[in-house]
Parts: sequence; C-alpha cells; structure tokens
Amino acid sequence: MTLAITAPLAASAPQGFLSPTGVEIAFVLVGIATLAAAIVTVTTKQLVHAALWLVVALGGLAVEYLLLTAEFIAWVQVLIYVGSVVVLLLFGLMLTKAPIGRSPDADSGNRWAALTVAAASAAALVWVVVDAFRTQWIDLDGAVQGSTEVTGSILFRHWVLPFEALSVLLLAALVGAIVLSRKNGDSEPAPDGTTQPSTADKEQR
Amino acid sequence: MNDVLDVALRLIVVFVVFLTFPLIVGQTEHKVMAHMQGRLGPMYAGGFHGWAQLVADGVKFAQKEDVVPAAADRRVFQLAPAVALLPYLLVLVAIPIGPGEGAVGQVVDAGIFFVLAVMGVGVLGSLMAGWASANKFSLLGGLRTAAQLLAYELPMLLAAASVAMAAGTVSLPGILNAFEWWWLPWQIVGALVFFVAGLAELQRPPFDMPVADSEIIFGAYTEYTGLRFALFLLAEYAGIVVLCGLTTVLFLGGWHGPFGADGLGWLWTLLKTAILAFLVIWLRVSYPRLREDQLQKLAWTVLVPLALAQIALTGIVKVAIN
Repeated sequence: MTLAITAPLAASAPQGFLSPTGVEIAFVLVGIATLAAAIVTVTTKQLVHAALWLVVALGGLAVEYLLLTAEFIAWVQVLIYVGSVVVLLLFGLMLTKAPIGRSPDADSGNRWAALTVAAASAAALVWVVVDAFRTQWIDLDGAVQGSTEVTGSILFRHWVLPFEALSVLLLAALVGAIVLSRKNGDSEPAPDGTTQPSTADKEQR
Repeated sequence: MNDVLDVALRLIVVFVVFLTFPLIVGQTEHKVMAHMQGRLGPMYAGGFHGWAQLVADGVKFAQKEDVVPAAADRRVFQLAPAVALLPYLLVLVAIPIGPGEGAVGQVVDAGIFFVLAVMGVGVLGSLMAGWASANKFSLLGGLRTAAQLLAYELPMLLAAASVAMAAGTVSLPGILNAFEWWWLPWQIVGALVFFVAGLAELQRPPFDMPVADSEIIFGAYTEYTGLRFALFLLAEYAGIVVLCGLTTVLFLGGWHGPFGADGLGWLWTLLKTAILAFLVIWLRVSYPRLREDQLQKLAWTVLVPLALAQIALTGIVKVAIN
C-alpha cells in the first residue's frame, strides 16, 4: 500500500505473465517453501517442532519482503518475530512439559472451524492484495523503493495517525496484561476462595 | 564477471576473519586469564607461551566421538550448533572496518536492524540445544538463556537506536561517516548499556548464569561432545568479536582516530576491537557470577531506564544542534 502511494512504479514496460524473471521465480519458490513450513507448523504433532517450523515460515516471509525490496520491513520481521516472539514461545513451551516426540493430545476439536477461518481470511487478504496491485510492477533497476528512508518518511508523513493509534492500542494491551497478571492485587479484593487455590497451584508447579 | 569476483573475494575475506579472529580471542583469553590469576597452564606446546596448545585442542575436539543421547531429538540436537554459529558469520559481513566501499563485506541499508536481528537468531541455537538434549540441566540452561535474552534485548536495541538517532541513519557506514569525536561523551551511557547488554546476550561472565557450571553443569551444552561442542565454543568467541566490533563501530568511532584515518583506518578499528575484547576477558576474571534475580533486576531497573535516558538526551541535543 505504502509503495503504491508515493513511489512511481514502472507500469509502462510490458510484463509477461508467462515469461517470469529470475526474481519472480525465486519469489514463487520461497513462497511455496514458506507455505509448506506454515502447513507443517499447524499439522505437526511435536510441539517444539511446530515452533521451529514457525521460524522457517517467518524467515521465509522475511526473504519475500527482501525480494520485494522492502529491506527495512524484512529485518524488523526477523528482529521481532524470529528473535523475540519465537523465543518467548519456546520459553513458554519449555515451562510446560513439552515432550520430545509426539504429543498425542496435540489435536484440537476446533480444527475444522480453524481451517474455515484461516481459509476465509486468506481469501480476503489475497483478494485485497490482488485488487490493489493488479497491474503494478516494482522497478528493480531504479531507486530502492522500500529502503529505510522511504519507509520512514511515508510512515511519519502519510500514516502518522494509524501508527499512533496502533501504539496506543499496544499500550492498552500492555497495561491489560499487567493488570491480568496481578492476580492478588490489593486494589481488587478477591473472594477468599479464589486466592487460596492460585497460590497452592503455584507451589505445586 | 568482475562483480562476481569482487563479491567472492569479500566473502572469502569475511570467512577467513570469521575463522581466525575468534580463535585469536580464545587463545588470548587463555593466556590473559593465566597471567592475571598467576597460573601458567600449558606452556610447552609449540614453544613461546604454548601457542600450539590451541591446535592440539582443535585436534582433540575433532577426534572425539560425536555422541547423540538416546532420548534426544536427533535432528534438532544436531542442527543446534549450526544455528548458534552461522548468524555471527552473517553479522560480520555487515561490519565496516575502514572508510569507503572497499572495507565492508556488504553495505546493508538497514545495517543496525540487520545486525541486531541476526544476532538475536543465534540464541535459538542454545534454546534448541537445551530442549533437544532431553536433559534437565540442559532444559534449565535453555530456560535461563531465553529469560536472559528477553531481558537484555530491549536495552541493547534502545542503546543502538540512540546512535541511529544521533547519526540520522541506520546504516553502519553511514553512522561512521557522521561520527564526530564529541559523540564519545554524548553517547557514553548508551555505549555502556549496549556493551553490558551484549555481554549478557553472549552469556559471558558475569552474566553466565545459563551455563553456570556449579549449578547446571554447562547449561544447554551439557550433552554435546567433540566438534559440535567446539562449534558452540566458537560461537561464543565469534560473538565476542562481533560485539566488540559493533560497539567500536556504533560508539567508539570505528576507523576514526587521532591521526592516519585515511590509510590506517582499519588499524584503528582493529585496535579498538582488540581493547574491548581484552576488557571482556578482564571482566571474566574480575567479577563473580550474578544470580538470576540480580540479572533480571539489572536489566529491567538499571539498563532499560539508562537507555531511555540516553535516548532522551540524544533527542534533546539533536534538537538543540539543529
């Protein structure tokens, strides 16, 4: 979206759909690998393997960003998702008894509902992207259109309000998480029955 | 064809640096620690100060049997050392050693982000090792590694962001081109935060709780033998080289020096990196290990506020200059 607004995309040159360039072939191949890793992530019965396949899927996504010349977004993707979110995920898995080998109870009864939601959101996203970028091509020989400078100036000139709204949303989520994690806060006088089991539960672990 | 040759040459140079510098740091560590603590250690192999002991150690590692525990997750267990080591090789590509295009493996537009992002990936190797070993000590080590990374990643990023604000760019050569000598006192707090957080991320003493030998043997690496174990050790020393190089580039002015910046810039970079590496070794023999709660407290109550204060200071000075 951001690219389409300011950077003049080279749309004049005839781009053959059936005579792809090397970059396009690489894009499709990486996309297939990413999709495969994502499918393994949700179908494998080994919990930690799922987290590790998620690393492959997120890394593949970063490579796709790189191929789209959005270098800044690609590195931020690696920094936030591979470097932090997956580490947090693995930390959580290690706190539980994530066994080596298969977890027989790793299947959920909701999987058909989840599949429906996933397919619906994927269809919506694909439709939006295809509709927005139908005939536009990135000129790889010209100036880089996804560099840090371009991304920064677009973000803080055209998209400041959504950016700030998002940060307020994240702040609210952060405060909410802190409030939720303080079970025995003095501001919230909990009934006697609820505080006792929670401490006992902690000791058990 | 010339371009291909150029790229190949740069990659070979980076690879050679990657193979030799960590070993030099490791050997220096042996010798410096020995002298600081007044114990000699192996002094005969090869003659002068037993320099060939390093080669002997390498041969020993290569000869050992490569054991994978029966209960371990084989593939993850075997993959972990590579995941721990390779990110540092990638990071070295982006660190500029001298002025101009010729003195950096590859100019990366979002250099700081690239470097920090890829360094963060290396920790996944320790986590994989900790989980896949099927060993309680390894798992505890992995947990501690993850907790430590989550705590120290934030101050490190904030300190690096301060430099990026000061320079007005996130490219590493760009930061060096914008460097002035008075950045040194201006960014000194950020430099300290960055260096300390980096030490913690590498699990170097005094932040070596994840590999505390008196409690959990060797943390995530307990079950490793032979070459795979050597790869983990190599990753640690490569991490020292990368951290010291990055601190030099971001905070100490890299190839800038009192004189000779044109021809001998790369010497300044190497000298500053070497001094920092010596400091890392010195800290190892000087300070006792921090406890887990002290570790977390240092990160969240000292380093993060300091880094935020540094960012505020950077912003104020930047606005005042403009």
